[in-house]
Amino acid sequence: MLLKGAEIFIKALKEQGVDTIFGYPGAVILPIYDELLKDDELKHILVRQESGAVHAAEGYAKSTGKVGVVLVTSGPGATNTVTGITDAMMDSIPVICFSGQVASNLIGNDAFQEADMIGITRPSTKHSYLIKDTKDLARIIHEAFYVATTGRPGPVLIDLPKDVLTGVAEYTPKIDIKHKTYNPKIIPDVDKIDEAIQLIKEAKAPIIYCGGGVLNSYAFKGGLKNSKTDSVELLKEFVKITNMPITLTLPALGCFDGEDEHFLGMCGMHGTYEANMAMHGCDLMICLGARFDDRVTSNIKGFSPNSKKIHIDIDKSSINKNIMVDVGIVGDAGEVLKELIKTGVKVNDYSDWWKRIETWRSMNCLRYKDSDEIIKPQKVIETLYELTKDKDTYIATEVGQHQMWTAQYYKFRKPLHFMTSCGLGTMGYGLPSSIGTLIADRTRTVILVAGDSSFQMNIQELGTVLQEQIPLKMIILNNHFMGMVKQHQDLFYQKRHASTKMDAQPDLMKIADAYNIKALSVKNPLELKDKMKEWLNHDGATLLNVMIDENEHVYPMIPAGQSHNTMLLGGLK
Amino acid sequence: MEIKSHTISILVDNEAGVLGRVVGLFSGRGYNIENLTVAVIDKEKGLSRITISTTGTDIIVEQIVAQIERIVPVHRVLNMTVNPPSVEREIALIKIICEPRLRNDALQIANAFRADKVDITNESCVFQVVGKPSKIDTFVELMKPLGLAEIDRSGLVALSRGTKVI
Repeated sequence: MLLKGAEIFIKALKEQGVDTIFGYPGAVILPIYDELLKDDELKHILVRQESGAVHAAEGYAKSTGKVGVVLVTSGPGATNTVTGITDAMMDSIPVICFSGQVASNLIGNDAFQEADMIGITRPSTKHSYLIKDTKDLARIIHEAFYVATTGRPGPVLIDLPKDVLTGVAEYTPKIDIKHKTYNPKIIPDVDKIDEAIQLIKEAKAPIIYCGGGVLNSYAFKGGLKNSKTDSVELLKEFVKITNMPITLTLPALGCFDGEDEHFLGMCGMHGTYEANMAMHGCDLMICLGARFDDRVTSNIKGFSPNSKKIHIDIDKSSINKNIMVDVGIVGDAGEVLKELIKTGVKVNDYSDWWKRIETWRSMNCLRYKDSDEIIKPQKVIETLYELTKDKDTYIATEVGQHQMWTAQYYKFRKPLHFMTSCGLGTMGYGLPSSIGTLIADRTRTVILVAGDSSFQMNIQELGTVLQEQIPLKMIILNNHFMGMVKQHQDLFYQKRHASTKMDAQPDLMKIADAYNIKALSVKNPLELKDKMKEWLNHDGATLLNVMIDENEHVYPMIPAGQSHNTMLLGGLK
Repeated sequence: MEIKSHTISILVDNEAGVLGRVVGLFSGRGYNIENLTVAVIDKEKGLSRITISTTGTDIIVEQIVAQIERIVPVHRVLNMTVNPPSVEREIALIKIICEPRLRNDALQIANAFRADKVDITNESCVFQVVGKPSKIDTFVELMKPLGLAEIDRSGLVALSRGTKVI
C-alpha cells in the first residue's frame, strides 16, 4: 500500500517503539504535524525553543535507555538544535533529530528558511542523512535508530525535504540486517583479556576508573540484540571479587553505589582528594568506558606517572588518544567485565594500598565551614540528599558550581538517575533535560538543581512545564553570579569579575508565579530544611530560590595544567 | 617520536558527502592533508577509494585511522606506509613554453623519464609523466630552466605489495 512520507515517518517511529517526540513546528515540517494530529499513541511535547527540545530528548534518553526523538522545522528551527546535538555527541547520547528541509528543488537556492544542516552538523553528529526520495525514508529511519544506539551511542540527524514528506511510497519494515559498513566491535578479543588479567595479577595498588560507557552499556548493551548483560551488576561483582577502590567520572555517577566503601568519590578537576591521590599513586589503572578527558587527567605529563594502564572502550579511537596505555581492549564495558570475571581475575592483598587510601580519605576533603548567618551551598545539597535518599529520585543539573556541588555531595546510588551536561558543559541543559526526564514517566520524582545564571539560559522552557502540568521540583542556588566563572576569576584573575555578576536579576518568584509554579524563597540557614521540605512536599511544580554565600568556591580543585597531587583544598588544610 | 609521511587508503560507499566527512575529520582535528585522491573503483557496488597522505608520528596516524574507521559509510581503512610498504604512483601533466632551441633539451629529459608527449605546438609542449612523487619532483626541477609554465598532479594512488589487500 502506498503511504505518504509523513505517514511512513509515524509508522517507522512507532515500529521503533517511540512514544514521545520533543519538537516545535514550522512551515516545511507541517505535513508530519498534520499527521501527528490523527495519532493518539505518539505524544508530542511542544517546547518553547528548539534547543530545549534536544536537551529534553537527552534527559529522556539518559533516564530511560531509549532513543530521544526531536522534530523541528528547517532553517532556524534546525540550527537551534546544534548545541544540543553537540552536547549529545560529547556525552554519547542517542538522540535522533528530524529537521525539516525546503523542497528538494529549492535546496541550494538560499530559499526561505534553508540551512545546510548536513554540513552544519557534520562534525557534531555520529551520522546524518539527507533523504532524497520517499521510498528511502523508512529504511533510513530504521538505520538511524541502529546507528544511534549501537557501539558508542550518539546523535543522528535526518534532514527531511518537504516533498519527501508529501510524496508516496511503499513502507519498508524494520529488519535485522548486518550493516554493510558500520559494525561496531562489542565482544572483546580473548588475548587482550588475558593480557589485562596478567597486569591485574601483578598489581599491588590498583584503581578502577569508570566513565559513562558503563551506563551506556547498561542501557544499550552495545547494541547486542536480546543481551542480558548488566554492566552495573557486573561492576558491583567485579569490585566485590577484587576489593579494588573505584572512582567515577561525572557522567558515570550512579553506575556504582555512592555509599559503598570501595567508592572514593568522583575523580578529576573537582574530584575528591582520595580519588585523585589514588589515581596519581596507583600502580594499575583500569579505565572502563572513560576517555581520559582533560578534566580528569589535567596535565597529561604528570598524570598517574607510575601506573600500568588498561583501557576498555567500545570506541577504538578513544584508546591511545590522550593517554598511552599498556593494554587496550575494544568492546562493550559489560561484555568485557563479564569476560574478565569469567576468565578469573587473580587478586593480591591490597591492605597496604587501602591504608594509604584511608589516610587520604581521613583528610575529609569535602568538609566545609557551615554558618548560622548565610546558607552554604554544600549544606543545601547535603540536605537535599538527606530528604530524598529514601525515594527513587532523579536529579538534573545545569552547568557550573551547583553542578559540581551536586556531584560531590549527592550520593548517587542507581544508574540513569543523574542528568547533567558533561563533555560540552552546556549551560541551559538542565531545565529542559529535567522536563524530558519527567515526561518519560510522570510519576517520577525529578529535581532540577540550577544556578541562577544557567537557569535563565533556557528559562523559556517553564512554558513547557506549564503546558504539560508536570510536578517538576526546581531548586536554584542563587549567588547572583556566574559562580564557576567567578571562581576562576577569584583564583586566576585576581578577583577581577569581568561580566560575571548578574546585576539585573529578574524576580524569580514573579517569574514562577507567571507560569503558575509555586515559588518559595529562603535566605536564613535555620529555615533551610523546613523550606526544602515544604518545596518537596508540594504536589505541583515548585521552585525554591535559595540565597547562598556568593563567596563559596568548589573544592578540591586541580588548577588547569597541574597534576593530581597538587590539588587546591580551600581553607581546610 | 619520528614525524614522517604516511599514506592512508580508505574504501567508502560512494554516497553524497562521504568525502566531506573524511576531509572534515582532518580539518576539524587539525591534521594536515598533503595529498588527496578519490575515484569510484566499483560502479556496481558503489565503492570509492580515497587515498590521503598526511604527516605525523605513528601514534597520531594510528589515531587518524581509528577516527576514520568511526565514519559510518567507511568500509575499510589501511595505513599503507606500515609493513609491507606499498606501491605508490602519481601522474603529472607538465606544460613547457619555450623557444625552439631549448625544445630538444626538454625532449631528451622527457625520454630519460619515459614521459609521453601528449600535446605539441610550435611554442609549447605538454608531457605526461608517471611514477613515484619523487620522480615527478625531479622531472619538474629539470624542466624549470626550460620554460616550465604549468603543472597538474593527480595525487597518489597506492596498493599494498604482495597478497595483502584493503
